[in-house]
Amino acid sequence: MMRHLLSIADLTVSDALSILDTATELARVSDGQVKKLPTLRGRTIVNLFAEDSTRTRISFEAAAKRLSADVINFSAKGSSISKGESLKDTAMTLQAMGADAVVIRHSASGAAQRLADNRWMSGSVINAGDGTHEHPSQALLDAFTIRKHLAKGKHDLSGIHVTIVGDVLHSRVARSNVLLLSLLGAHVTLVAPPTLFPVGVNNWPCEISYDLDSVLPHVDAIMMLRVQQERMNELFFPSAREYSRYYGLNSDRMAKLKKNSIILHPGPMNRGLEISAEVADSVRSVITEQVTNGVSVRMAILYVLLAGGPLESGSN
Amino acid sequence: MTNSKYLIKNVALPDGKRSDLLIDKNVISQIAKDIKSEGAQVIDGSHSVVLPGLVDLHTHLREPGREDAETVLTGSRAGAKGGFTALSAMANTSPVADTAGVVEQVYRLGQEAGLLDVFPIGAVTQGLKGESLSEIGAMADSLAKVRIFSDDGNCVFDPLVMRRALEYIKKFDGVIAQHAQDPRMTIGSQMNEGEISARLGLKGWPAVAEEAIIARDVLLADHVQSRLHICHLTTAGGVEIIRWAKARGINVTAEVTPHHLLLTDELATSYDPIYKVNPPLRTQADVHALREGLAEGIIDIVATDHAPHPTEAKDCEWQEAAFGMIGLETALSIVTKTMVETGLMDWSQVAQRMSITPAKIGGYENQGQNIAVGAVANLVMINPTKKWIVDRDLVSSKSTNTPYHGHELPGVITHTFFKGEATLFDEKLIKNGDM
Amino acid sequence: MSIALSAQDISRALTRISHEILERNQGSENIVLLGIPTRGAHLAARIAASISEIEGTPVASGTLDITLHRDDLRLRPPRTIMPTHIPASGIEGKDVILIDDVLFSGRTIRAALDSLGEVGRPRTVQLAVLVDRGHRELPIKADFVGKNLPTSLSQSVKVSLSEIDGRDEVSIEGAN
Repeated sequence: MMRHLLSIADLTVSDALSILDTATELARVSDGQVKKLPTLRGRTIVNLFAEDSTRTRISFEAAAKRLSADVINFSAKGSSISKGESLKDTAMTLQAMGADAVVIRHSASGAAQRLADNRWMSGSVINAGDGTHEHPSQALLDAFTIRKHLAKGKHDLSGIHVTIVGDVLHSRVARSNVLLLSLLGAHVTLVAPPTLFPVGVNNWPCEISYDLDSVLPHVDAIMMLRVQQERMNELFFPSAREYSRYYGLNSDRMAKLKKNSIILHPGPMNRGLEISAEVADSVRSVITEQVTNGVSVRMAILYVLLAGGPLESGSN
Repeated sequence: MTNSKYLIKNVALPDGKRSDLLIDKNVISQIAKDIKSEGAQVIDGSHSVVLPGLVDLHTHLREPGREDAETVLTGSRAGAKGGFTALSAMANTSPVADTAGVVEQVYRLGQEAGLLDVFPIGAVTQGLKGESLSEIGAMADSLAKVRIFSDDGNCVFDPLVMRRALEYIKKFDGVIAQHAQDPRMTIGSQMNEGEISARLGLKGWPAVAEEAIIARDVLLADHVQSRLHICHLTTAGGVEIIRWAKARGINVTAEVTPHHLLLTDELATSYDPIYKVNPPLRTQADVHALREGLAEGIIDIVATDHAPHPTEAKDCEWQEAAFGMIGLETALSIVTKTMVETGLMDWSQVAQRMSITPAKIGGYENQGQNIAVGAVANLVMINPTKKWIVDRDLVSSKSTNTPYHGHELPGVITHTFFKGEATLFDEKLIKNGDM
Repeated sequence: MSIALSAQDISRALTRISHEILERNQGSENIVLLGIPTRGAHLAARIAASISEIEGTPVASGTLDITLHRDDLRLRPPRTIMPTHIPASGIEGKDVILIDDVLFSGRTIRAALDSLGEVGRPRTVQLAVLVDRGHRELPIKADFVGKNLPTSLSQSVKVSLSEIDGRDEVSIEGAN
């Protein structure tokens, strides 16, 4: 039984599919058919957000509350973390207050794993984004969204071609998505300027390309990654204009996509940099649906990690 | 002059021959079979090899300034435990050892501890800032008689500053020990740049950032005809550059740490910062090239880069953790495991790499001498086949940041002699130690 | 192992239950059949087909998974959540007939009532089961029963349906 969700690399195909299938059922809550579920009543879930993020935190909070769990929010600004309290002490404090699970977002790669491995606390650890390492729940909601639109009744993503475009070097979303989408059978192509690929990307289970226009006509789903303005000061590309010209998704490029292909973005968007306003608001964009799906997928994650109990001896 | 007399019976010398060895009045007074001596403490050497006392050219003793991590005394104890009779105290203390005053302080602390020779290393530049030369002449002239100069911790990055430093030390046959790390290519770097860093999302420290500086500096050393020493070599490419330089007669020497002979960047996948070190652990191919380079003598010496840190500096996320591992107490065991047990080196070569050559590079009197009658008795005895388990709670260093906790290592150091006096006897520290 | 209901027994029981439901609710206009997965859902589909045939018009039917409302989730590793389909006409003001294969402790039906409560407010909730084996732990009673099967706690009741198990049969295993 899964105890933590730290990295997509830890999931088997059946783990991943069971989370997606569970999310499908739980979407009824998001659809408004059912108001609330009692499943995690009495559990305390702590959102430990040492890095700023409104959307992911709210998503996990909504997910927990719809399952009737109690939610405590611990965010960086003004907290003891910003005053220099170590992650270890923060974790032990939360443990002393009785947290069943901690959803952690942190700027240090590996922070979620350190929390889980060191047993500074005994609950489940859910990685909501650690540095430039992984963002498993984002990949799961992206896979869920892609499956919903493109799988045509198949259980997994085989036969679907996805491209991920942008700052791969610094993107935990890219890392988690490459692992998950290929695990589920999709064909993945990463597109970025050469400076924004990590050394070692050739060993990843995907293709790479420096040329967005040549990749576009072949994909069923295109995921645009946010590009940070600060990267220009670190000499990764000469200017925002040049980046947009070669790697931005605008209306002209959108016209080159296959008929039923969909456009994704993990948010928040830089309208005008990696994605134009027309594209973001177009009918092919599933960006707002990703947010809705995010709550269902996070409910599924909480359910799978927290609802069950230990294995009985000798049982299935 | 001490009154201690030790008779080591039937011990293997570095060349493999077995003999008795008598230590008397600070020197090796006899080497022969069946020595008889009145009043000597008898030590059974039948399971052991005796080597000249180990000499470390790269030790961080942290005093003055970071006495919470280590002091000259506790570092000396760790050294004696590890079979060392000489340590070289790196200059990145607080205040930095860039004046005669600080190096003399460190020198005196070593004398007071009295467990081994502490040779202070002087900073190349003031405050380690890399901008202007420190008072190298004054340090060379001081009681500490500094000959090795290093900004270790930082790279002497400005080529003009490096040139001037290499030229300046020629006056007294000094040597500049360079920490080769291009600072522009390694801003915020956390571990070796490669497949694993890409997967883990930790910023990479590329091999080329080390090799480019080494290449530049060997050419500089050649141009100004001066002595260069490369600290903690970690890459196969670096070995090749040193090989090329030596073939051209360039006066360069190089060191490798024990941890770079054994550990790789695979260990970072645990995100446990006990494996975070500068320069970082590299790949298996690099480990292989470093072992071959050391066996061949392209790499001249083993140096520990013993880097103590308090617990809280390692009990955190990788990014927040300090770089470094302690290493004095495990060095000889690691070399036994990686070089002797693999058949790459014999004990006489170990003596060269860990005692004789380091003493030569540093110009250290009475250290690194061949085991011969009349030599000052700085010696270490090791039982190579006996195994021991590393326990970080039992180390003599003040800090516990060893990557080998719980590991079984070969080679137990049983006795260390400093100027004819035992500092370690039957695996227990004597003077200023446990007893 | 003994066979308590043969395929033919099951068929007759379901036909009778279909008529009883119609009789009690005076037709199928206001009823919604909700089967509890897995086997309850198949039984509901059969009863829905039967009722639709009798009345000549389709009857509203669907499934109601109760996993998320169980009171014993923490005792086992997480259970798979099965599909829930509430018909478009909803349950507000309707007469909901819950359908399951075996009624035992009553906890499943308790969870189903809670689950239904999250969806809306039916006018009535009635319960149809193929087998009632006794040993209730909660005050729950079935309105329509295929067969009453007194059993001891050491016995187990096994329901096989052709849609899943290849044949229709109810058997009892274990000693009295």
